[in-house]
Amino acid sequence: MGALQSLSDEPEYRELAEKTGFSFEQIGILHKRFKQLSHNEDMLRRADLDTIPDLACNPIRTQIIEAFFDKRNFHQNGDGTVEEISFEEFLVVMSHFRPPALNMTEEQREKVRREKLRFLFNMHDTDNDGTITLEEYRHVVEELLSRSGALGKETAKGIADAAMLEVASISMGHMEPDEFYEGITFEHFLKILKDIEIETKMNIRFLNMDTTTLCK
Amino acid sequence: RVLSGTGYGGIHPIFLERGLLLLVMLIFLEGTALTLGAASSPDISAQDNTGGHEHLDDHQGIAGSNDRTNYTYTKKAFPVLSLDYHHIQVPFEISLWVLLASLMKLGFHLIPRLSSIVPESCLLIVVGLLVGGLIKLAGEEVPPVLDSNLFFLCLLPPIILDAGYFLPIRPFMENIGTILMFAVVGTLWNAFFVGGLLYAVCQIEGTYLSQVELLPCLLFGSIISAVDPVAVLAVFEEIHINELLHILVFGESLLNDAVTVVLYHLFEEYSGAGEVTPMDVVLGVICFLIVSLGGIAVGAIYGILAAFTSRFTSHTRVIEPLFMFVYSYMAYLSAEMFHLSGIMALIACGAVMRPYVEANISHKSHTTVKYFLKMWSSVSETLIFIFLGVATVAGPHAWNWTFVSVTVILCLVSRVIGVVGLTFIINKFRIVKLTTKDQFIVAYGGLRGAIAFSLGYLLDKDLFPMRTMFLTAIITEIFFTVFVQGMTIKPLVDLLAVKKKQEAKRSINEEIHTQFLDHLLTGIEDICGHYGHHHWKDKLNRFNKKYIKKCLIAGERYKEPQLIAFYHKMEFKQAIELVESGGGVKLPSAVPSQVSMQNIQPKKLPPPVAERALPQFTKGREEEIRKILRSNLQKTRQRLRSYNRHTLVADPFEDGWNDFLLKKQRLIELEKKMSNYLTVPGAIPDSPTMCRARLASDPNAFYNIKASSDGVPTIQVDLASPQSPDSVNMLNEFSKEGATGQSLGQREGATGLGQREGADRDEDQGLMMKPAGKGEKGEGGNKNPGLMRCLSDPGPSNEDEEDEPFLP
Repeated sequence: MGALQSLSDEPEYRELAEKTGFSFEQIGILHKRFKQLSHNEDMLRRADLDTIPDLACNPIRTQIIEAFFDKRNFHQNGDGTVEEISFEEFLVVMSHFRPPALNMTEEQREKVRREKLRFLFNMHDTDNDGTITLEEYRHVVEELLSRSGALGKETAKGIADAAMLEVASISMGHMEPDEFYEGITFEHFLKILKDIEIETKMNIRFLNMDTTTLCK
Repeated sequence: RVLSGTGYGGIHPIFLERGLLLLVMLIFLEGTALTLGAASSPDISAQDNTGGHEHLDDHQGIAGSNDRTNYTYTKKAFPVLSLDYHHIQVPFEISLWVLLASLMKLGFHLIPRLSSIVPESCLLIVVGLLVGGLIKLAGEEVPPVLDSNLFFLCLLPPIILDAGYFLPIRPFMENIGTILMFAVVGTLWNAFFVGGLLYAVCQIEGTYLSQVELLPCLLFGSIISAVDPVAVLAVFEEIHINELLHILVFGESLLNDAVTVVLYHLFEEYSGAGEVTPMDVVLGVICFLIVSLGGIAVGAIYGILAAFTSRFTSHTRVIEPLFMFVYSYMAYLSAEMFHLSGIMALIACGAVMRPYVEANISHKSHTTVKYFLKMWSSVSETLIFIFLGVATVAGPHAWNWTFVSVTVILCLVSRVIGVVGLTFIINKFRIVKLTTKDQFIVAYGGLRGAIAFSLGYLLDKDLFPMRTMFLTAIITEIFFTVFVQGMTIKPLVDLLAVKKKQEAKRSINEEIHTQFLDHLLTGIEDICGHYGHHHWKDKLNRFNKKYIKKCLIAGERYKEPQLIAFYHKMEFKQAIELVESGGGVKLPSAVPSQVSMQNIQPKKLPPPVAERALPQFTKGREEEIRKILRSNLQKTRQRLRSYNRHTLVADPFEDGWNDFLLKKQRLIELEKKMSNYLTVPGAIPDSPTMCRARLASDPNAFYNIKASSDGVPTIQVDLASPQSPDSVNMLNEFSKEGATGQSLGQREGATGLGQREGADRDEDQGLMMKPAGKGEKGEGGNKNPGLMRCLSDPGPSNEDEEDEPFLP
């Protein structure tokens, strides 16, 4: 709460705080973590994130790591990927997980929801064509089930197909037999996930309380 | 507990009147019967021993009883018909009460608008009052129906078990901090506030209450401050508010049992002594921890036992539900034995046992458990409210205007202050803050119920001379909350536009993304370096999967990740729905859409098919296939016919489910391979195996019905019984062009299984796997217009051949 006088680069923090909405303390903590991950360098690389041991058992770690290096998440209207990111970009990606403020209008909540869902969408849409195709969705489900050593790719395909069918049914209603559903667009994505209240779920509590239990 | 305000609007008014008349008559009859029962009871106690002995002796055939020496044998006419009420009295009365409760429940839903205005609980209390009144009018003593043993050992456990078993774990755990705050701190606050202020009021001159000590007041406060799960369930069931509020109030009502138990025992113990030292307070705190954690531990142990037992029940499916009920009840009784919190034990048992048991038991057992729980809890709840009414009429009352009115007001006030104050603190730690509307509902939903009354009833008459006054006040408070708050909460919810429960079924997309989010958030937490609660949840899940599931889940199913389990459940449900939606008729038009898999699959460039020589089947081959398929179908039918009282019907649909799935997957694979190469000319009309494969793999393809003008195959799902010859008819389709209505066996699984075995055999014989040759072609070059519409590849354009419906 309030500015920490001990921070030497306060003006920089102020700018970051304005841009991402974090408090100074949270920025300070995240900066510490950033430095820890990047071994005190200015830029963070994929390899640095790969070394986090807890991440190893996460089935979607590749996608998560990729999301950090995806220019679409930097809010600068770029696309493609980069090889290394600065602290500012790290912070911008993290800001997707900030909880919404208490007194928000419906409009603002909608905006926050879109932003978070956009992040998810970008994670699925790897070739950046604006739609999630069947192949991409299958890949998502396969990754999700990969750690479970499950009943194989067929079930993953089945699930992905059923899910895709559901999206198509909800979004398109009736389709002629020769019509073809290209893929899930962002609007359809919003529609099918509108019942999960994403703005309340996709948050990291850490960013709410200023605790400092940094782990390796 | 479904509100049925609709559906009976069209009933002729005469029926309504008759219904009401019947209802009243029934009440009267029941009342008289119970009165009779009550009337005979004093007589019994005198004769009981001798009467009992007499019967016993007669049954054992001992001639001439030895008890009564002046028994002279006089020859009477042989009693052809005699009335012996005492013999069956107790079970008869119990059954009468249960019947009364059930008929009441029935009756209320028949009367159209009544159930939407007045909550059921109120009506039931009124009925109880009526019955009690009738009994009293008859001049008999009202039986002490809300006797604490009966209540705590028989009526309460089913309700709590039902609640615990179906507790939505995820929202409960997500809000556990808030719930605990309300349950523990809130109840403590209520108890002391009400008790303390009541004592202060009692000390005021002129109220004639000065003999009420502090400790009894605090005891009273602790009894009356606990939110009652039965009442909350009864009222909240009908108002359908959103999940968060429901779980908050309901969770609070469940978890405050530990606090209530400790406070009650503490104050009861020390009311005799007259004072409480700080040491006692410390002991009380320790006691609280032991009571709550002990209760949960006991419940968890029994839950794990139940889960472990269910691992081995695959051969005795019939008694599976029994295990679950008995283990849960034992958990409750064991906890009560040590004065631990029985409610928490039950909840823990149900919640722990559920995921493992559901993976092990059959679908039928699951349904049985569900229905039995709902049935028992429903009857229990009804009985409790009726008994409340009866007990009101029965119990000795000592009305004291001051005491009662102060109680009611204080309860309300303390609840509101408590909720507001606690929310202020809690909101600092919550991501989703509680709004004022939420707070209001939480405060207003704090209903008191029968537990408070029973606890009051348990008080020792000698130790607490003001017991009757307490009881009167408790009853008044219960009536106030149930009637006033219960009746007005529904309009208030509508007025305040509180978010209601979302009825939408959970879709597979939501499931996928919920899982995805879980992993994502865990990953982000790891990157942040913070061991947040996602991290721990993930660790717990992995531990669960690695060790616990292996022990407690039978067979290979423990490896099944949640997503797959969900997907299978969904398919299963859809298959059942299909079967239930009625025989022989086209699927109802409540079909969401007309999208099928063909629309999804990306257009693949059709390979240069013209060059491929599509081989024809030799007649011999075809015969073989037909024979194999037919024999498999017969096998299935035979299996279904055998019946054994000790095992459920061997249900290939069920027991072979896993095999079925594996085979189905292989078939999907097959289908996809085929779809690449099949095109219009020479294609056989949708072969039964393919049809079934399509149906199996794609639940929505069930609904792929279009008007014939579209030229798309209309699938007529003939829900014929397995014994029907229809299932065999399709085999003849091989040779028919433009096949007539292909009926698919209703037991998609059953016949499908047979089919699948056949298909597998074919597969093994290499019929299908050859890329060039495609299975089951009809003989002759059938330039069949109907084609694999169901399969993905649209193929080259064939509009001119589409005008005939594939299947009429």
